[in-house]
Amino acid sequence: MTDPLLSLALILAKLIAVFGVILTLAAYLVLAERKLLARMQLRYGPNRVGPFGMMQPLADVIKLLTKEDFVPATADKWLFLIAPGLSAVTALLTFAVVPFGPPLEIFGKTLPLVVIDLNVGVLYFLGLSSLAVYGMALGGWASNSKYSLLGSIRGLSQLISYELSMGLAIVPVVMMARSFSLTEIVMAQEKIPYLLLNPLAFPIFLISVLAESKRIPFDLPEAENELVGGFHTEYSGMRFGLFFVGEYINLIILGSMVTVFFLGGWHGPWLPGVVWFALKVLAICAFFIWVRGSMPRLRYDQLMHFGWKVLLPLSLLNVLVTGAVLLGMS
Amino acid sequence: MQAILFYLTAVVAILSAFFVMKCRNPINSALNLVTTFLCLAVFYVMLESPFMAAVQIMVYAGAIMVLIIFVIMLLNLGLTVKTRYTHGLAAGGILSVMVLFVANYFTRAGEATGTGGSVTSELIASYGHTELIGRAMFVDFLLPFEIASILLLVAIVGAVVLSKRKV
Repeated sequence: MTDPLLSLALILAKLIAVFGVILTLAAYLVLAERKLLARMQLRYGPNRVGPFGMMQPLADVIKLLTKEDFVPATADKWLFLIAPGLSAVTALLTFAVVPFGPPLEIFGKTLPLVVIDLNVGVLYFLGLSSLAVYGMALGGWASNSKYSLLGSIRGLSQLISYELSMGLAIVPVVMMARSFSLTEIVMAQEKIPYLLLNPLAFPIFLISVLAESKRIPFDLPEAENELVGGFHTEYSGMRFGLFFVGEYINLIILGSMVTVFFLGGWHGPWLPGVVWFALKVLAICAFFIWVRGSMPRLRYDQLMHFGWKVLLPLSLLNVLVTGAVLLGMS
Repeated sequence: MQAILFYLTAVVAILSAFFVMKCRNPINSALNLVTTFLCLAVFYVMLESPFMAAVQIMVYAGAIMVLIIFVIMLLNLGLTVKTRYTHGLAAGGILSVMVLFVANYFTRAGEATGTGGSVTSELIASYGHTELIGRAMFVDFLLPFEIASILLLVAIVGAVVLSKRKV
């Protein structure tokens, strides 16, 4: 077998593995969220399908696939059909640059455990996360319903506002690691994770990530009690399912970004790197679920004020301070 | 292989640029413009400038076009606006063909091919594309860079002053 073919096969194998793991994980994250939320509200949660309700995701998928795929008469048909795919695909693509383990040594070759290690990985992540807006915005607009449009306009302005502070919170990390590549950022945290080295950037990033994932307390785009379902009000069947799965894939992606940038990625004692990475990502996801179970929703003006008047100045200040400290140390 | 990829992307870029003008609905025009920007990002990747590609997607497709779509959604222009202005199509076509000829002339004359510059593929491979751009912006062209940032700051302040209501 020639070398280019081998590397192509490796990339394909990694792609398929990552794809499978992410989709399965997203499906079971839905179950985990329902279970955890139920326990927090003194209920049992889904427990009928299979042992402990473990087959519930499968049943959900079958239900969604067999439901009618309804398109409203006044909707912009093509955009309406494309939008859910957009939101799921942009979420999936982001995982291409996430390093989920230390490089493996197999047959005398080093196999990096990342689909592709771009040297502009951070920018790739930011670019895709800003493209992720389109799925929601177009879905809401194409539905041609007032609730959907309101949801997507809210979502647009919210995501644009919080993207700024999210990007600026990563700038100190890039400055300290001196690289845009996610693998090198993880390598640079071998001794101390950036959570301890830069304690201000971590909460800023975490809050912005929470806002990016459109979950409580930042779920204004789909606020159920004001907007029915927000941008996905008019969707049914598997297209709604795509929005739904996209949201959970997004959750995993953002959790792994928090892990990569601040929690030291795959580094950790005793256990193998991949296990540490998975544990940290799942811990962040569990934190998000916990937040959802215990926080009320923000009001819209509070959301905007917090983003522009608190988070953005803080993150700018953090960039300045980090730069000054780095300059002083060198 | 790269030539095939280039021509495929170029066809998509030109087609979507054409549909930017041709579409009746402003949202569809904006989306076609996004497609054109994505194609440009692919071109940047082929020119060994991944940083430019990422910034192209982040700034143009991710920020500016999102804002434009936001405004279109808020205004809810509908189909009436664009049907009123169809004569622009011919003018735009003539103009772009003229620009094409000029660009072709300069490329043929060897003044804009970029082969004569100091940045070569070997330099990018050894030094890193992002590092080269950073050095150019913050060392070689620091003054123009700062002037541009002050210009942007003035624009932001101007926008705030113009939109501020009397309290």
